[in-house]
Parts: sequence; structure tokens; C-alpha cells
Amino acid sequence: MSNKESIVDIPTVNKIARLSRLNIPEASKQNLTNDLNNILGFVAQLDEVNTSDVKPLASVTGHKLPLRSDKVTDGNIEDLVLKNAPESSSGFFVVPKVIE
Amino acid sequence: MNESINLKPGQINGETGIWEMVIGLEIHAQISSKSKLFSGASASFGAEANSNVSLVDAAMPGMLPVINEFCVEQAVKTGLALNAKINNVSIFDRKNYFYADLPQGYQISQFTKPIVGEGEIIIDLDDGLQTTVGIERLHLEQDAGKSLHDQHPSKSYIDLNRTGVALMEIVSKPDIRSPQEAGAYVKKIRSILRYVGACDGNMEEGSLRADCNVSVRKSGEEFGTRCEIKNLNSVRFIIQAIQSEAERQVEILEEGGKINQETRLFDTSTGETRSMRSKEDAHDYRYFPDPDLLPLEFSDSWVQKIRETLPELPDLLKKRLVTDFGITPYDASILVEEKDYVDFYQKAANGKDGKLTANWMITELFGALKKENISLSNSPISPENLGQLIALISDGTISGKIAKDVFAEMMISKKSPSDIVKEKGLEQVSDDIEILKLIDKVISENEDKVKDYLGGKDKLFGFFVGQVMKLSQGKANPGMVNKLLKNKLK
Amino acid sequence: MSDLLKFDLLSASIALKNKEFSSLELTNAYFEAIEQTSALGAYLEIVKDHSINMAKASDKNFKNGTARPLEGLPIGVKDMFCTKDIKTTASSKILENFCPTYESTVTQNLWDDGAVMLGKLSCDEFAMGSSNETAAKGNVVNPWLKNSKMSPGGSSGGSASAVAARSALAATGTDTGGSIRQPAAFCGITGLKPTYGRCSRWGIVAFSSSLDQAGPLTRTVSDAALMLNSMAGHDKKDSTSANLEMPDLMNYLDRGIRGKKIGIPKEYTQDGISDDIVSFYEKSINWLKDSGAEIVPVSLPHTKYALPVYYIIAPAEASSNLARYDGVRYGKRNEAASLDEMYEITRGNGFGEEVKRRIMIGTYVLSSGYYDAYYLKAQKVRRLIKEDFENVFEEVDYILTPSTPTTSFELGKKQDPLTMYLNDIFTVPASLAGLPGISLPVGLDKSGLPIGIQLIANSFDEPGLISTARVLERSAEFNFIADGAAK
Repeated sequence: MSNKESIVDIPTVNKIARLSRLNIPEASKQNLTNDLNNILGFVAQLDEVNTSDVKPLASVTGHKLPLRSDKVTDGNIEDLVLKNAPESSSGFFVVPKVIE
Repeated sequence: MNESINLKPGQINGETGIWEMVIGLEIHAQISSKSKLFSGASASFGAEANSNVSLVDAAMPGMLPVINEFCVEQAVKTGLALNAKINNVSIFDRKNYFYADLPQGYQISQFTKPIVGEGEIIIDLDDGLQTTVGIERLHLEQDAGKSLHDQHPSKSYIDLNRTGVALMEIVSKPDIRSPQEAGAYVKKIRSILRYVGACDGNMEEGSLRADCNVSVRKSGEEFGTRCEIKNLNSVRFIIQAIQSEAERQVEILEEGGKINQETRLFDTSTGETRSMRSKEDAHDYRYFPDPDLLPLEFSDSWVQKIRETLPELPDLLKKRLVTDFGITPYDASILVEEKDYVDFYQKAANGKDGKLTANWMITELFGALKKENISLSNSPISPENLGQLIALISDGTISGKIAKDVFAEMMISKKSPSDIVKEKGLEQVSDDIEILKLIDKVISENEDKVKDYLGGKDKLFGFFVGQVMKLSQGKANPGMVNKLLKNKLK
Repeated sequence: MSDLLKFDLLSASIALKNKEFSSLELTNAYFEAIEQTSALGAYLEIVKDHSINMAKASDKNFKNGTARPLEGLPIGVKDMFCTKDIKTTASSKILENFCPTYESTVTQNLWDDGAVMLGKLSCDEFAMGSSNETAAKGNVVNPWLKNSKMSPGGSSGGSASAVAARSALAATGTDTGGSIRQPAAFCGITGLKPTYGRCSRWGIVAFSSSLDQAGPLTRTVSDAALMLNSMAGHDKKDSTSANLEMPDLMNYLDRGIRGKKIGIPKEYTQDGISDDIVSFYEKSINWLKDSGAEIVPVSLPHTKYALPVYYIIAPAEASSNLARYDGVRYGKRNEAASLDEMYEITRGNGFGEEVKRRIMIGTYVLSSGYYDAYYLKAQKVRRLIKEDFENVFEEVDYILTPSTPTTSFELGKKQDPLTMYLNDIFTVPASLAGLPGISLPVGLDKSGLPIGIQLIANSFDEPGLISTARVLERSAEFNFIADGAAK
């Protein structure tokens, strides 16, 4: 990961910003690019660690995934669901038109 | 093009030769659970907008998923029915993308370690042949909500009722070679799901939908670039969409073009596929294990318990029907298509002529129900009454011809066949003397024709039989009429 | 000066039971303190009417003899906890008007045990920060050396500042990589991060789900025990919640540590750590030794990789956890013609710089082509870090480390994100391993700023952690009060 390919440039920042749905003003892109490069450079020290026989660890809990029984215990709370909506109409959330 | 070459299904005769299709299907089946995969809101269809929505489904800050045990069981059950490997440890991943009807900003799915691994099923083709289709995997995932685009000129309306409803995605290997096979595959999967009880298979309500991956190649060549046709909700559309998509690809390739790997939609009004432009935006789903959930783990003994609850599945049932009832494999394959059918058949054929029962059920009963647009579960003719009708035919009480009239009456009045036969006096006349009386009458009325017959016009025999039957109002036993008439006209 | 502010949580609880004063009197004293210390900026929201009602209800319970464990004790809540009908913003502009219709499990547990809510406390935006400077509503000031405008630390900076300034008897915090322990150290108070799974995460705004854990910030170790008793517990609504009974921690306050083994990891005494901290670390080791513990040098060889692992995993999870803030169902929306533009502007304007930076890093390390090199690699090294601890806990009962490499710094001084990240160098390893840790004040440095020492225990050994911390607390005799505290 420390090779040059992984170092971000402005087009990469644009791509990542697009994937993250973040509007980044042009003026701050260079600073952001520098910050990201510093952070990515810092985390690149993990390259030193030999992990060839190590399994990834996603969760530190020792227990199994608990299962719940199939009962309807929730819902019918449209008012609560919609209460904080910036825009809603006749029970629906409303957003700018989506073109499919 | 289109010379009289004998093309197999799934082959396209292009300018440059014969092309074959390579098809893989992803079937999304809604699990028949009461509540959602990760929340306690109802999974039912057709409720008021946003009423089947919990705070978890609406992805309110700090809300967390808890998995539905029934959904896990159904996935395992289905996996077993697909002869597939059950993975005792599986992982839920987040598939990240932004969309208005995806409140979390990610779909919880299974990417690297699905609950069910490789399996295979046998599908039945119309010509009575069978072929095997490999299953790549089956995984659990959440459904998305619904966006309505036609409510307002510049706005879309979002309903989250379906958000988080449990789906199984069943992915086939690219083993399918024709639209017809694809259709048969979907029917078979649907049938298995319904037997197992994991999904109601209702394609109109969207409980079962398929994405079809289609590519074309010349026989023996590498796989071509594929296109994915999204969200097909009927077997007919699946067949049409694949055919039209394959033809489109052949046309492009033969003009020297290249196929773009893309997602396409099937337009039911034109019967053609079109590109989904909005989805062309490169996706990078950034799958990673959902840290709100732990690995899903279960023991072999738990899987064994589920296995013991499996019903008799179509393939084995079909073999048993052939052995136990002496019916043809083809008839058996029709009867096992739906669990309803087999249950009905087994009740009707109990102690009766199995073959005759199958014929009557498939030809007459299914025909009549289809005409009236009634489902088998609402059939006016009960399995017991159909069985009784078969018994009346077998023991010679009524002829096959009369039986059809009785059947028609049963469809209307729901009465038992023996009541109808009794009320209308339709018992077959098998008495020698009675029949001889009728024969004498016919002979005496047609002396000219008798002369001609005796003089060598053999064809007239049928005429005499017909006259006797007519005179008996169809009730005379046709076998006996034949025999006695032959004797009489010697 | 209100004498009532002198009582800590435990002694106030006893005084209330003895009817020395009422919960209403105590709560009012805290409202005066909040007013007096308002320049510290710890509170984002105060809910006086609500507090008064709760206090009155508590007084009724005292009268009726139905007092509960935290009856009548006024506390503050970090703004990461969703509180029903009370604005919850996670210190972010994007949630500036969000009013949850539900109450987090942890805060509900506190109210069910009789605690009185004073209000919501500032923090770094979405708990991302170590100085409380990323809060949308501005900085929170450390009550120590109040004229120097020192950072209270972060992300639970408002909680730490309020407890140190005596404008809350205790407060809730959340800790992802040190967000309870580091501000506790900076503000001269006690901060406890429980074992991952001990407290339900349900209703807490998620930052990094595999690391986030709620815990108390208090004046004393006993207070931390009293708070955690109520906060912890199995919750069926959180799949990662541990289905384990936690013993009553109040029974472990005075058990001592005779015969216990304390591990001193060699990797925690590195360059860049301040001399005063080193000196108090050594003192702490001796105190524990004098109290009958055996001191054992140990090694946690992958310690240096904890921060890089953390700065991959936490942003990765955050990039996904924060996708829901899209202006569709709640929060502040910036209107635009198309859905995608609406997302981009809403999120671009709604999130602050640090949050955006972390979303960008997180998105990058999960993106196609980089997942294995960054995210998967980090998960593997995370396992090695956890195994380091497992190995050490074969030999010893507790691990003693400094809480932070330096004491508090002036607000506005640390500009570079990476330098800021180094604040959490001693707290992040235990977070990655899911282990419980406590920071408690043991002394002041030359400039008069508090120094925190951290104890780490094995999973679910909060009882032992409390016993050990109490021994250290008694030896340290840290009786200083911040100059900026309410009088």
C-alpha cells in the first residue's frame, strides 16, 4: 500500500468525494488531498507487519449472532417515522425527482 | 437468415453462423416471514405508505439490526432443497450506495460468505428431457423501499414499507442455454420455494423476481460479455427478454460492434431491452462486514433438525408418483409443479386408476379451471368427487363420453358424480337384451344399408354403431354394441 | 458558593437518602453552576423544566421510600445519545434540528434508575476528534487554567469539562478510540470505557460500530462504578450486546489488589511522552506495588500499529454509518434540483472538515482495489493486537499505562490531523481489543494541568478494574479542583 499508486491526487479525491456524495469546494481540494496523503502515508506502516497467516478480525465479541423470533412488534408509527423529515407529503418522504 | 436450418432452442442463426446463448439467473425471493429481516415491522404487502416501517427501517440515528430467526431457517431449508452446501458460518456485509429508497445508505447482504454455497437442481423441459443447472450460492439480504416518480412533476415520493423485507438471492451458474430453460429453471425454483414454504412465489406482487445475465457466443468459444436484465417478474417476460437481448447482442457483434457490460431494463410494451442510463455511473459498493452484526453461526445438529422438517420435494415425489400410480414421467412432472396439485391428485387417485386420474386431472380439470380462471384450491370439483368419477368410468357405470357431461355438470353444481348419474339416469346400458332391442330397431329401419354392408361396404359398420348409440342417448356400452352388432350382421 | 456542589455522586446519593437536601435543591444548584460556567461551552442544550420535573418526581420517591439507585442525581448526557423529544445533534450541523422520537437504552437505564437529566453536552462532531474542536457549535474549554483556554480533550469534551467544572454531577460519554479516557485525563476526572458489549449501543449515534462503547465520566472511581451499574446491561435490540450479568460494582470498591499482577508494557514509554507524565506513571507503579500488587514487565509488541489500524477501521465504518445523513428522512437538507446534487450539497455543507476527511479516508480504504491493502490488512493487524493482550492477560491481571502522551494543550494549537490523532496512542489499543479501561487523575504537571493514568483489564473484568482503580485513587489523593469550576 505504500507504493505510489495508492497516493491520492485531485482526480482521486473527486472520485472518492463523488462516491461519498460530498460536495468539496475546489479551493479546499488541495489541502484535503495533502491531508489524505499524510494519513494514508501514516497508516502504510502496517506494511511492516507480516500477516500472511492471520485471519481478519471483524468483531471482538465472543458470542454468536442472536436471533429474534418472527413476530410483528413494530411499525404503524408513520407520524414518528416522518416527524423529522425535511419534506413529506401524504405519508411519503419527498425528494428531488429521481430519473431512472 | 432464417433458412430452414433446424435450430435448437437458444440458438440464433446469424449472418456469420449459429450463436448460442449463455444465461445465468439471479432470483430474488421474498421470504414468507411475518416481520422483516432485521426489524419487527410487518413484511406484508399493500399497506399504507410508510406504515410498515420501524425506526430501524427508516435508519434513524443509533438504530440497530437484529436478525429474524425464521428467515435464517428458510434460507437453510431452501439450501437443503437445492442440494446445496450449508455454510455453518456466514457473514453479513454492507453493500454501500446512495439511493432515496435505501435509508441506511447501504443494503445488508452477504458477499464473501453466504449462508448457502454450491448446489444443483434438475429442470424439466417441455420435450420431456431433463437438464441440470448449477446453483452458485444463496444469500440473505434486505429489500429496498419504493420510489414513486409519477406523483409530482419535479419530486419523487418515497415509501419505505418494503425496506428491509427479507429476500433470498439465489444465483445460478451460467449453465442455462435457452430462454425456455431459463423459464423452466424459474418454474422449478418457484416450485421448490413453495414446497419448502420459504416464499409464496407470487410474481405479480413481486415476491419472486429475476435478474438475467445474458451473453452470446459461437459454440465452443469463450463466454462473451454479458448484460444484466433487471427485475423481471414473470416467466413469459423472462423468456421474451432473454430472446430479444440475445438477438440484440448477435446483431451488434455481427456488425463488428462490442457489447457493453451494463444493466438493462425490459420494456414490456416493446418487448425489447433498453439501457438503464442512470446506473451507468460506475458503482463501487465497498462491501465490508457489517459491524452491527456478528457472524451467523449454527451447528450441524441444528441443520439436521431443519432437514427433518423438509417436505417430500418435487424430484423424489415425481419418481414416487411414477412408481406408485403408474403414470408417465411427463404427467408426474406436471402434477409435482405445485404442492397443491400433488395433494389433490393423491387424494383423487387413491385406490383408483392412477393413469386415468392423471389424464382427467391434467386435461379436463386443469382445462376447465383455466377457462373459468379458478385456482385448484377453489375448484368446484373436490378430489374425492374426481376420484368417484374415475371409479364410475373404470367399473363401466358410465362411458367416457357420458363422463364428460357429468364432469361439466359437476363444475356447475358441485354435486357428486354418482348423484348426477342417478338423477339423470345416465348409467351405461350393458344389458344384452336391451342393446339387442336397439340393434334390431336400427337394422329394421335401415334395410338398404344392411344390404350394402353385407355386400361388402365395410365402412358402414361405424354408421350402425353410431345409430345404436344415438338411439340409447349415448348410454349404451360402446364395447358391447360393437360386439353384438358384429354378431348380428354376420 | 453552593456547598451542594462539593458532593460527588455517591456522597450526594447518600445525603439525598438521609434527606440532608432535596433533589430539587441539588438540581437547582447545578443549574446555577451551569450558568456560572457557561463560558466553557460544555452544554449544547439544557432542559430545565424537564430536569425540575424529574427532580420533583425523585423527591416524591424519597418521601415514599421508593428511591432508586441514582434517584435525584443530576447528570449530563453527551450529545451522541438520542434523547426522546430533546434535540440530539452529535454536535453536527447536519443534525441541527433533529429531535429523536426515542430514547437510547443507556440513558433510559439511567432515568429508570432515577437520575435527573440536566441537558446535552457538546462533543467533537460525530465523536470524531480529540480536542472537542470539531463541534459545530464551537469549542468547549477545559476548566483547568481557565484563562489559557485549554482543550478539554475529545470527543467527550463537553462531558469531561462539565464534570470537572462541577456543572454536572456525572456525565455519559462514548469512547471509540479514547473519547472517554483522554478527555477525563485532560480534565482531571475519572473516565471509564467498559468492555465492548457491556453497554447497549442502541440509540447512540454510531461512529464506528465495532469500537463504540458508552461509559461514565465522573469525579471518582466509586461514582464511575455507580453510573456503570445503571448504564450497563444486556439489550436485545443490540446484536453486539453481551448477554452477561454484571456484578454490582459497588461491592468491589474496597477489595484491594493484594497478590494481583500488574503488567507494565514496555511499548508505552516511548519518545514524545512528557516527563511529568513519566514521573507520575512511575509513582503510580510504586503505589500499586506498595499496596501489595506484583509488578510485571510485559510486552504488547503490536502497540505501535494500533493507531494506523484504528485510522483505517474507524473511518471505514464511519463512512458507511454516516451515509444515512442524506437529508431525506431527518436532518438539515440543502435543496437542489436532482437527488444526487441534494445529497452532495447537504452532506458537503452539513459535515465539518474532520468528519469529511474521515468519510473520505473510509471510502478510500474500502474502495475497489484498496480494500485488501488497507481494510483487510487493518483487520488482520487488529487480531494481532488483540492477541497481544490475550497473551499478556495469561500472565497478569491488569495493565497500567499513561492515559495520554501529553497533558491538555491550548485550543487552536494542534492543526495537523495526524498530530491530533497521536493523542489517542495509549487509549486506542484497548479499544481495538474491546477491553475495559479507566483513566483517573493522579497528579498535576508543572503547569498545573491534570495527568491521567490508565488501567486496562481483561474483557468483562470491570469489577477488578474498579478495585484496582480505587487503590490507585486512594494512593494518588488527587484532591485538586479546576480553577474554572463552579464555586
